[in-house]
Parts: sequence; C-alpha cells; structure tokens
Amino acid sequence: MNDLYNNAVGHWVVVAVAMTLLLVVVLTATAYTVWFERVALGRIQRRPGPNRVGPFGLMQLAADGIKLALKESFVPEKTDKLIYVIAPAIGVAAAFLAWSVIPIGLWYNVQYWIADVNVGILVIFAVSSLNVYAIVLGGYASNNKYSLLGGLRSAAQLISYEMALGLALVPTFMIVGSLRLRDIVEYTVHWGPYTGPIPLILLTPIGFIIYVIAATAETNRTPFDLPEAEQELIGGFLTEYSGLKFTMYYLAEYLNVITVSALATLIFFGGWYLWVVPPVLAFFIKVVLVLFLYIWLRGTFPRLRYDGLMRLGWKVLLPLAIFNVVVTAIILVAVQG
Amino acid sequence: MAEEEKDHPTKQPSVVDDVAALLTGLKTTLAETFRPVVTTMYPEEKTPRSERYRGRHYLRRYDNGLERCIGCELCSAACPVGCILVIAAENTDENRVSPGERYAKTYEINMLRCIFCGYCEEACPVQAIVLGPEYELSDTSREKFIYTKEKLLEPLPPDVQARLNAKEPK
Repeated sequence: MNDLYNNAVGHWVVVAVAMTLLLVVVLTATAYTVWFERVALGRIQRRPGPNRVGPFGLMQLAADGIKLALKESFVPEKTDKLIYVIAPAIGVAAAFLAWSVIPIGLWYNVQYWIADVNVGILVIFAVSSLNVYAIVLGGYASNNKYSLLGGLRSAAQLISYEMALGLALVPTFMIVGSLRLRDIVEYTVHWGPYTGPIPLILLTPIGFIIYVIAATAETNRTPFDLPEAEQELIGGFLTEYSGLKFTMYYLAEYLNVITVSALATLIFFGGWYLWVVPPVLAFFIKVVLVLFLYIWLRGTFPRLRYDGLMRLGWKVLLPLAIFNVVVTAIILVAVQG
Repeated sequence: MAEEEKDHPTKQPSVVDDVAALLTGLKTTLAETFRPVVTTMYPEEKTPRSERYRGRHYLRRYDNGLERCIGCELCSAACPVGCILVIAAENTDENRVSPGERYAKTYEINMLRCIFCGYCEEACPVQAIVLGPEYELSDTSREKFIYTKEKLLEPLPPDVQARLNAKEPK
C-alpha cells in the first residue's frame, strides 16, 4: 500500500478510490444522521419519530430523497439565475471538501485519509468558511426580502462565531504543537506509569465548550438557526429554493454537522482511541455521541434573539477564548519551562 | 427555585444562575428521552370511543329481517343540512319490506354534507336510522360519498339469511 501511495500514478489511483469511498460513506452517514436526529428529537418529545418506512423507519430518507428529487425545481422570476444555481453547489462542495483532510482510524495502525496535510485544521476552517458564500449568495440571488435578510444575518453570525471557533482550538495546537489532525489524535502523554493517547478535553475543557457553542452557530443549527428562522423569515435563505437545490442545502447542513462532530471527536476526544474498542468502532461511537449532543442542544434550547446572539459571540465567547489561550500559554510555559 | 426567589426578590440573575438554568434544561430533556413514548400508533392502535359516539349511519332491521324504516321522511325534514333523500313506496302483501304502510324505496345520505349531528336518529319514530361508531370514512371520489340504501342497511339477521339461502335453490 505504501509503495502504491508513493508512486506518482498510484497515488492518484488511491486518492480517487478513497474519494469515491468517502463520498458513499459520508452521504450514507448524512442520511442516517437525519434519521438519528428525527428519532432523537422525537424521543425528547416522547414520540417515536419516523417509524413507517422500512424497519425502524430506516428507509425514511430514501423516501424523502426520492420525493425531493422528483419535485419541480422551480426558479422564481427575476432571480440572478447563475448565482441562484451555483450557491447551493458551493455549499455542498465546501461541506465535502472539509472531509479531504479528516483522518479516520480503520484498524490499529491503519488510518484512512485523502490528504494528510500538515495544516489540516486550517484547511477545514478555510473551506467551512465557504459555507457563508452559499448562504449569502443564495439569499441575494433569490430576489426575496426574507432570503436577503436571512443571508445577511448568516453573514454576520458566521463571521462572528468563526473567530471564537478558531481561537477555541488554539490551546490544543499549543499543547500538541501541530495542526495536522493525525498528530492531534496521536498526541501521547507520559503521566507517571501511563504512556499513551488521551482525550485532549481533559487539558482543554473551556476550549471544548466554546467549540460546541461556536460550531452550533457555524452550522446554523438551533438555538442559532437565525438565518432560517421560520417564524420571522419564512425560510430565510431557503425560502425560494425547492427540489434538488433545496436538497443540496439540506445535505450541506447535515454534512457540516457531521464534520464538526468528527472534528470534535478528533480534537477533543482522542479520535479512534478508546481503550480496547476497535478504532473504527470507537470513532463511530464518539461521533454518534457528539452528534447526539448537538441534537440534544437542539431539542432543549429556544432560538436566541439577534442581539443576544451577537452579544454572546463578541462579549462572551471571544474574550473567553482569548483568556483560554493566554492561560494555556502561561501554564505551558510554567510546566515546560 | 420559587422559594429562593421569594427570599431574595431583588437578586439579579448571575452567570452561574444562567448556566445552571441551561443545565437544568438539558437535564429535563435528557430525562424525557428515557420516558416511554406516549404516541398512539393510530392505524394499528385506536383510542377508545364513547358509547354515544356519532359516526357512520346504519339503517336497522327488526329481528325477523323486515326493515324498520317506514318512509316517513321525518329524518329528512329534521336534517339541518338536507343531506338525506327518502323516496317512499307502498308496501303490498306480495312485497312486504317493512311492517308499516310504506317503506323507503330510496334512502340516500350525502356523507360529504352530513355534519353528524344525530337529529335524524332523534327524529326517527321507529329507531330505523342510527349513527354507529365508525369514523374512517375517507374515499377516493365524491360519488362514493353518496351512501345508498344498500350500503346503509344492516345485513339480515343470520337466521333469516340462512332461511333465504335454503329457499333459493328451489
């Protein structure tokens, strides 16, 4: 495998196969994330959730997908056609791009990735920022007041929370000394008799809390779903989208949710290391638990008002993140000398 | 929680209280997650109905198989939306359908109009028309909602049916 990977042609073959595999796996995961969310939200409200199509409603997403694909893809009058069509594609492309650098542990000493870049986390931040273009351009191109308002809100929201999100992870990099996601997962401590990987949340608990809040805001999920606040904005930037274009936004949203969950697993919970559990299973369990955390938040909290959102982002999370960086730096210097 | 507020009526909520409130919310929803589901799985499982529930109509018979309806049209007159059509005909000795002088040759109810008030049942002097317990009346065309006499009439009592079946081959 290594020879093939280092060969010029073989490298591309491996990458192409890996990309195809990832596409299938991540798309399936997205479908079942939607199912998982609907069932979990149902349980929080003491109802069963989808349970009609297939065993336990597992085929519900196939039914929904067929329905959405067969729907008329209506383009309203006086829209900016090119941007209107491109915007959802940007969203999906950005969501998939993030997966190019996410490593997955398959078995002991066998890991899977498409690109093993030494600035992995920066790549993820860079491409996930592209999501804001999908929303703003979609809102702008729709020629609809609600869409435009939703787009503008999301621009302000995403930019505000990106700062906190980035700063929340800085202490992790300072401790590990690398931006490569694989290095972060394989960070080894020598604590007395114990030598091995640890979940980094033990060292960066404040970073994790900021990360969860900021990532919820970044993925436009309740309680930060202001860009598509139904009660005030009809559907926000989604108002004029239907059929497959709507599906693409929907797909991008859930892809982003899985991405931030996988990232949280890699950065804070030790990735694929979990006692004696096989790595791929450990990774899966951890991602599902983080996903449940996001669904749990959605099932619990009502939406923030716009001023509250801005205040939380700029006056609470950002100072807290900076404080976290400074304190971590001081402790690191004190420990390491 | 409420008692604390009574003790300190002017106390401003602090960050700690806010975070505690958020955690209480999370605890509540998580606890709900593990409580049993309360949904009634409708088509398989049905909630009980009252004995006096007013659903689909039936035209009743006497135990000897004769129709109760005597074609008096009082139900039609009582109906506030005018959804009942009764056309009566005379009973003869050869063709005796009901014990009275007349019987309903045509009896139709437009179920799209019916408001299930039960006035027809109240107006009927011989308890011929009654409202039953069925409420799943959806159908695929408007025509199918005109319930004819054949559809409304109760089946013959089993002993009368058996006698008729025995007679027929001869």
